[in-house]
This record gives sequence, structure tokens and C-alpha cells, in this order.
Amino acid sequence: MTADVAAARQIAEAVTDPELPMLTLADLGILRDVTCENGHIVVTITPTYSGCPALREIACDLQHRLTLAGFAGSTVRTQIAPAWTSDWITPDGRRKLHAAGIAPPNPAAAGAPPPRGPVPLNLIMAPRDPVACPQCGSLDTAATAAFGATACKALLRCGTCHEPFEYVKEFWWPARGPRRGPSFIRSPCSGWTR
Amino acid sequence: MTDDEFTAYHDLADETGDHRWAFGTGFTDPLEGIDTSVPDGVNAAALAAYCLMLGDDALIYSHRLQQWMTRLPELEEETAIANIALDLLGQARMLLARAGRAEGAVLAESTGRSEDQLAFFRLEKDFRNVRLAEHADADFAQLAGRLLIFSTWRLALLGRLHDSRDPVLAAIAAKGAKELAYHRDYAAQWVIRLGDGTELSRTRMQAALDTLWPLVDELFRADTVAGDLPGVAADPAGLRAEFDDVLGTVLAAATLDHPGAAPMAEVAGKCGRDGVHTEALGYVLAELQSVARAHPDAAW
Repeated sequence: MTADVAAARQIAEAVTDPELPMLTLADLGILRDVTCENGHIVVTITPTYSGCPALREIACDLQHRLTLAGFAGSTVRTQIAPAWTSDWITPDGRRKLHAAGIAPPNPAAAGAPPPRGPVPLNLIMAPRDPVACPQCGSLDTAATAAFGATACKALLRCGTCHEPFEYVKEFWWPARGPRRGPSFIRSPCSGWTR
Repeated sequence: MTDDEFTAYHDLADETGDHRWAFGTGFTDPLEGIDTSVPDGVNAAALAAYCLMLGDDALIYSHRLQQWMTRLPELEEETAIANIALDLLGQARMLLARAGRAEGAVLAESTGRSEDQLAFFRLEKDFRNVRLAEHADADFAQLAGRLLIFSTWRLALLGRLHDSRDPVLAAIAAKGAKELAYHRDYAAQWVIRLGDGTELSRTRMQAALDTLWPLVDELFRADTVAGDLPGVAADPAGLRAEFDDVLGTVLAAATLDHPGAAPMAEVAGKCGRDGVHTEALGYVLAELQSVARAHPDAAW
């Protein structure tokens, strides 16, 4: 059955995300496992956000494609721990996002504040680190909305080429370290900044 | 639909093997495939009650946020509130499903009630959400203020459940905490923008917080359910310091006065967690449950 699992994995990896159709499940990092149980394929996926409506679509797609490829009776399972982080998007996935005009997420793990950390008291919703414009590469970009058309994206605008673009938000690892209190300074020109 | 239309629909569905009627539908148990057995030594009845409380908070508040759709001042706020409501609905689905499974363990059945049975077929007195969740926002300042209070409190709460002895609850909390961090930032920024804005916006933001403040103390009230779940649940009173710290910082930045309104009265020592609610919950449930109750056999 080993060969079967490898073939099924190949099919599962190639299924695309309905909301980010340029990415496969493998690119997005939400395919957790492909195994064989009692002669049937079991695919395990994890949601990006708790309420992600695409998860069900993905499960249906997976089943449909596996059935077409001859893997009848396969099942799709959900796994919620460990929680997905945007760091699981592969280098290939990041390249594809960029090519589609969507800025890939900044690293979430390195130097990330835990969710219970400081409240960023700036008046403009801004990613923690500069995001490069996917059109011209400029780092002179600003967020216009922290929540975009899907749960995983924010809206930004480039100050150099003036193009608006989408940004896949960095999504943190769960906080486990010591809790940090809120901290901020006031900058006279740009409102509140950390 | 006419019979012909039905046939066309079924033909299409049969052809593709896909019986969903719209994107995002065809709901299955959100905990499908996850080991939901209750760990040894954990009180399953209390675990079910606890998950129901946290699930009801998210479900009812999510619905109140959904009611803002098409009424927000800007498109960016529409997408933000829609996303926040969706995150909370996702949390609610998993928590209600967790409550149902734990309930099943108590009844020695394979499963207890489903998420739909819990969301759509319970009466007001059986809902366990805090009264803050059911409040109807009178204006955008109340939306921002209530979201700040709710998300700060819930983030502190879920942050303490990362190491819960129930691995399912721990996983749901770890996922939700990341989402709430975004919600809290969004709310904090609006509270500061309005509080430190014009004289009118400051007045209205202050009035909103003064209106909401009586609902705050209830969030930290001791409850017997959490007391029955050592190592599983978080002590509500233990969340107060973090909440006060964050609120104090944001209110100072927003040049707002710390509200001093007295807590809303309990009814014979009972409030939201005991199923004793304000009038507002009935209106939420009337809307939330009407379709499911009119078509109890429907599938979504």
C-alpha cells in the first residue's frame, strides 16, 4: 500500500485553495498527513482560521479528486493542533503569491510578539515589519485595512507606485513565554507607534 | 423551486458528486476526525458546560456583529467586522461541538447534541453567554468599545487555556487566541481614534464605555463550572489584572476617563452564566434560530 499512499499524497498536494487558487495545499502548508487505514486513504488537513469557509470546499475537492484517481472511500480529517501559522507557507508558495500580486507574509515566528503582548497603539493598522510591494518592490507601503476579502489577508497600498495590493497576514505561533505588558510611545507626526 | 429545477439541481449534484448548494455550505462536524474522548480525571459534565459557555459567548457576539453588516460607515469596516464575526463563529462551532461530545461522554452515548441542536434548538434560559455578548450596540462607538472589552477579556481567557488538560479545548484556544489578537488591535485603534479625536467623537466614545461598563464585572465573576475543572478551565477572577492593564493603557492613549459605572444587578444572585439574561438575548435568538426552527429537517 506504500505506493498507493505516495500517489494519493501527490494528488492531495496538488489540490488548490479556493480562495488563493494560485496555491496548492502543499504550498499553503495545510496538508498535515496522508495515510492508509484499512485499505482506504485518509487525508488530514488543518484550517488556517477557525471559521475558514474554504475548509469544507477543500475537503470536497480532495475527496472528488481522489475518487477520480481511483481512491474510492477516502476520508478527509481535520486537525486543529498544532495551529497553522503563516510560516508554514512554503518558499514555493511565497513565490507564487508574489507572482500573483499578493505580498507573502513576513516571518511570524522570529521576533513575533505573543498575541497577549503589547497592544500596538498606532492609528494605522500596520504589519510589524515593512511589507514589500509585490509590483515594484518598494518598502514604502502602508496598510489601508487590517481585514481583507478573506480572513487571511489585509489590504495595503504602495507609496511609490501607488498600487493597492493584498497581503497574507503573518499569523503567530501561540504565546507560551512570559506575558508582556502593553508598551507604546507617542510620535507627534504619525500618531501612536510602538 | 419547481420539480424541474429540483431535477436540474440533483442532476448537477450527481454529476459532480457534490451536494453543496453554495460556497462554504455542506457543513460537517467541525471536530470530525479529532479524538474528542474526555481525558481521565476530567469532569465531563463540567467540561461540556464550560465549552458551552465559551461557545455561547462567541456565537451570540458573532451574531450581534453580523447584524452590523451593511450598516458600517466604511467598506473597510464591513470587511473587518465580517471577518471578526466569522472568526468567532468558527470558534463557536468548535466549542459547541466540543460541548456536545463531552455531553455524549456523560450520557455514555457516542455523541451528545450537535452544534446545530445546541445553537438553534435551545431556549434563552439554556444559553450560558455573558450578558455583554447579547448587548445591542446603539452606535459605532459602542461597537468599538464592546469589541475592545470582549476581545481583551477573551484573549486573556483563551491565552490561559493553551495548557488546558483537555487537549481539544487547548487546541481551540490556541487557534482562537491568534485571531483575537487581531480583533483587539482593531478595536483598540478605533477607541483611540474616536477618544482622541474630535470633541463629539470623544463624547460619544466616553458615553459608549460608560454604557457598557456595568456589564464588565460579570466577566470576572467566579463560577462553579470553572471551579470543577482544575487544570482544564481558567479562573475568571485571574483575568482581571491583564484586562485592567490593557484597558488602562488604551483608555489613557485615547484620553478617555476610566468608566466608573456600577455593575449591572444580578437577579437573585444569577446572571448570564446561569441562564439569566437581559431582554436583548431574546431578539438575537428570534433571528438566529428562526430559519432552523421553521425547517427543522433542513441541511445546510
